[in-house]
Amino acid sequence: MPRVVVDVVLKPEISDPQGQAVLGALGRLGHQGVTGVRQGKHFVLDVEGTPDEAELRQIAETLLANPVIEDVELHLTES
Amino acid sequence: MRIGVVTFPGSLDDVDAARAVRLAGGEAVPLWHADDDLGAVDAVVLPGGFSYGDYLRAGAIAARQPLVRAVVDRARAGMPVLGICNGFQVLCEAGLLPGALTRNSHLHFRNRDQGLRVERADTAWTSSYATGQTIVVPVKNGEGRYVGADADLDALEGEGRVVVRYVGGNPNGSSRDIAGVTSADGRVVGLMPHPEHAVEDLTGPSTDGLGFFTSVLQGAVSA
Repeated sequence: MPRVVVDVVLKPEISDPQGQAVLGALGRLGHQGVTGVRQGKHFVLDVEGTPDEAELRQIAETLLANPVIEDVELHLTES
Repeated sequence: MRIGVVTFPGSLDDVDAARAVRLAGGEAVPLWHADDDLGAVDAVVLPGGFSYGDYLRAGAIAARQPLVRAVVDRARAGMPVLGICNGFQVLCEAGLLPGALTRNSHLHFRNRDQGLRVERADTAWTSSYATGQTIVVPVKNGEGRYVGADADLDALEGEGRVVVRYVGGNPNGSSRDIAGVTSADGRVVGLMPHPEHAVEDLTGPSTDGLGFFTSVLQGAVSA
């Protein structure tokens, strides 16, 4: 069955306090090499039949992400 | 004047909002999220809480319900709408107000009595105040940080659409201390603080919040 993965992450200009908290924890754990963390959401959609990419993009951009503050990426795979 | 107050699964402040409407002299009309239409209401309040558990994003699922789409349509035709806290998040998610509300910069839920400066006293919901007046009402949120692209915020400020601004400390890291904004026509207002919790001396830090509800009633009289 076709599977569509949608990744949503805050736009670079929107500050991400959750990502910054994770970065702080990494520093305390000694992982000094990590210099930035952005936290986002990951959706996995199982789709019947041939995926309609335009429809899926619409779903991603109008519901799964808020385009005012978030960027979205679609990846088509097979489950 | 009949003012609809919408209850979603997870709404918390619908009863207080309806009470504030009544104390101001209006008739509060309960609306249920699954209702087909708004019926004969003259204005709508979207109350605070955690509609649909705030799953996905705060206000995101409520904003896409048919009843809220009906609110959006009526608002675009001039009906006054007030979104408080979660209601503000719903209005931003529905595209009726610009910007978005995100996780507080300090990552904590913050509740306290909050000073606000009224920047616009000529909207449907703030005409009972004076421009520059400071009021105190409760604020309580975990995702109340108002954000937008700098250019969009510049445009918003340029158009004078910031209605209330935090004074005496910014509780959530909102850009430019913005606590509430309005639509271009001044009929739709959204704010994170809770005027409906400041309408009686017994339970609130002040009665400063009552002005939001008397404003819309006065507007109906003068219209």
